[in-house]
Amino acid sequence: MAEKIILNDITVSYKIPSERISTFKEYIIKSIRRQIHHRQFYALKNISLEIMEGESFGVIGHNGAGKSTTLKLIARVLAPSLGRIEVRGKVSPLLEIGAGFHPELTGRENIYLNGALLGFSRREMDEKFDSIVEFSELNNFIDAPMRTYSSGMWARLGFAVATDSQPDILLVDEVLAVGDEQFQQKCFSRIERFRQNGTTIVIVAHSMETIEANCTRVCWIDHGEVKYIGAPDIAITKYRSSQ
Amino acid sequence: MLEKNLVYIYDAAKHPFQPLDEFKQVIKYRFLIIQLLRRDIVTRYKRSVLGIAWTMLNPLGTMIVLSVAFSQVFKTTEGYPAYVLSGLLAWNFFSQASNASMVNLIWGEGLLKRIFLPRTSFALAAIGTGFVNTLLSIVPMLIVMLLFNIPITLTILFLPVPLIILAMFSLGVGLLVSTFAVYFPDVAEMYQIVLTAWMYLTPIIYPEEILPENISFLISTFNPMYSIVKLFRIPLYFGRLPVFSEWFFPFVISLVFLVVGWFVFVFRSNEFSQKL
Repeated sequence: MAEKIILNDITVSYKIPSERISTFKEYIIKSIRRQIHHRQFYALKNISLEIMEGESFGVIGHNGAGKSTTLKLIARVLAPSLGRIEVRGKVSPLLEIGAGFHPELTGRENIYLNGALLGFSRREMDEKFDSIVEFSELNNFIDAPMRTYSSGMWARLGFAVATDSQPDILLVDEVLAVGDEQFQQKCFSRIERFRQNGTTIVIVAHSMETIEANCTRVCWIDHGEVKYIGAPDIAITKYRSSQ
Repeated sequence: MLEKNLVYIYDAAKHPFQPLDEFKQVIKYRFLIIQLLRRDIVTRYKRSVLGIAWTMLNPLGTMIVLSVAFSQVFKTTEGYPAYVLSGLLAWNFFSQASNASMVNLIWGEGLLKRIFLPRTSFALAAIGTGFVNTLLSIVPMLIVMLLFNIPITLTILFLPVPLIILAMFSLGVGLLVSTFAVYFPDVAEMYQIVLTAWMYLTPIIYPEEILPENISFLISTFNPMYSIVKLFRIPLYFGRLPVFSEWFFPFVISLVFLVVGWFVFVFRSNEFSQKL
């Protein structure tokens, strides 16, 4: 098995003002009075981990421990301050349902817009279009504006676009809540099929049941540092006993 | 099996030069920018009866109001409605596009936290939308010129130059305000006030001749929009070609704003996914 994701001695840090400054006016006034002091904040400290092909890797920890930051590194939306990161393969994040859809556009137009946001070209979207519509079960509504869709229909279309082609790496933030139970089942079986076909899955969740049921290996992060990597039950026990 | 371009490597010790890398990503994501542009244009007209005609009627309406109010005041300005409209077109391009850059970026925050895409896409799409809208508005502009006996000359073929300069300047300013808006939510509101004040400090609704000499000097020296609006008017309303200094200086200023805006935005943008 090959490594899919390698984080090598990663540190993410940035300067934050020692007190919260919420408006530009406040910022100007305080900077004139020289009242702004910054301190270095470490979201992640010297993290190293390797995630293998076909693994279902869970990340657990308190709020603000660095779970989402880890996911952002892998999703490429955040570059580390120190260290080296390598991600091999097409990464597909499961988006917050409906992010990127526009209510005034039709389902068809939104499929293309959403596909573009996920980095696909027009040609790729032309090829994917039919199977997206089929999976989302929205054949009869595809040329209606999305404001006429129910929330379940939004969710279905969002999931269908994001998971149409099998990604090498799937990022799952929190539990999947898509539409009705029947469709949820359909989503889970699609993810299960990806898993069997070798997709690496990285899951960040608060629910220990989700982690225990889905992960083959778990990393516990606390205050930006890796405390434990290994079997899910041990990681969960250690995490719980720290609380 | 794995395509080479699917391997993402980032080493903090030897990462690529970010402003250039962002540019490469923009080229790669051109389909996204086209889709965002299309969305902006389509959604603006979808639910209005007038459709695309609205783009043309909107500045025309403002022009009529201003003409009724000021035609008598600025009697010496030949074809005042055409003068106002030409200024409004250039101003609207700048104010709407730079403002939309900021609004688009804030709209995209949920996406920027989760998926990789060039962060300048939103601003670029906003500028593209402004460009299309302005091109459409040139049609009513020509009609107004005909109505008020302002000769339409072949010099309008020079218009792409001021349009590109306007786009560069709007993108530069748009990226700068977007960067501030990420950190401070009140910037979005403050920018509206700045735009209003800025418009009155630019000869749009009044002829520049009415300005006292010292103020005229200050405005023409320190307000970049002064020379950019003027450059837009020269081939259209004045019906002549600009002399070297009339296009060269606005071009250089816009280029400086574009480069500064691009660098500031790109260097800051790595923090956006944590801040927004």
